[in-house]
Amino acid sequence: MEEHGGQQAVSTGETTGVDESEPSGSFAMYTTGLAFALLLTGASFIVSQTNLLWAPGVPAGLAVLAIAQMGVHLVFFLHISTGADNTNNVLALAFGVLVVTLIVSGSLWIMAHLNGNMMPASAIMEMQR
Amino acid sequence: MSAQTATASLAGPEAEASSRSRSSDGPAPVRIVVAYGFWLFLLSDIIMFSALFASYAVLSGQTAGGPSGHELFELRHVGIETLCLLFSSYTCGLGILAMERGHLRRFYLAFGLTFVLGATFLGLELSEFVGLVARGAGPSRSAFLSAFFSLVGLHGAHVTAGLLWLSFMVAQTAARGPRDFVRRRLLCFSLFWHALDIIWVALVTLVYLMGAR
Repeated sequence: MEEHGGQQAVSTGETTGVDESEPSGSFAMYTTGLAFALLLTGASFIVSQTNLLWAPGVPAGLAVLAIAQMGVHLVFFLHISTGADNTNNVLALAFGVLVVTLIVSGSLWIMAHLNGNMMPASAIMEMQR
Repeated sequence: MSAQTATASLAGPEAEASSRSRSSDGPAPVRIVVAYGFWLFLLSDIIMFSALFASYAVLSGQTAGGPSGHELFELRHVGIETLCLLFSSYTCGLGILAMERGHLRRFYLAFGLTFVLGATFLGLELSEFVGLVARGAGPSRSAFLSAFFSLVGLHGAHVTAGLLWLSFMVAQTAARGPRDFVRRRLLCFSLFWHALDIIWVALVTLVYLMGAR
């Protein structure tokens, strides 16, 4: 009985004391995250549907808004922060971002060049004669 | 004995925080290690998605004379889907908080809402797919539509898996109580659910918002 009480004290002390670095966050954090996410989502829908931005700049604007929103999700929902327990998570994230960048930009680059160097189908038929 | 635990509980947070910041003091708490391992899985999942994103970006112009995204996508529909997913992420986080603080009924309420919102999202997405196939714009119509269906469909498959996992975890919480291992699994589920949101943000921007212009 006594020991059970003591354990409870330990566990509650832990949740209040280490709340900041705990992976579960707080109510204010989730609400702020939701507000930011809604704001950024609304902004990207508006940007894509109106002429608010200079037309050729719209894709870049959308990309910036999307990356900002991903950052919001990472910080406020997934709780990726710069805390002591989080160093490994941040390093893994950096590696993940590197690989994703390589895959996406590499594919686009190579495929654009392939398209540019590709002969039209009619010319290939011509050569086979 | 009780005095010892009392002093331990008093010194607990500070002592633990300082010992955790020094890396030489033995293994981190299980909860941190589990979250780290699951985070690695999520990153590898995101890398798999990045391959599909790349192929969609390459193929998005190859409509083979069929309909393009501009004719097919309805942004109002997509907006509602996005709201469903955003709010389900929020309620999922609130559910985890309720679990942390020992409010079991609030936890069930929040996870019930998460399930309803996730299922609504899935229903909307399925109705969109059915509508596209009915209009003759199925995955076999063009390279663009193949890439579209595999990218959006894979995200939908993840959401389906998430909903199954959510139901399973609610059942497990009801059966086994809020024990440590149940809490860790719930934490992993919440990470999974939030990561799906991140992928959806990229997907909406690349596929729908840029495609519908």
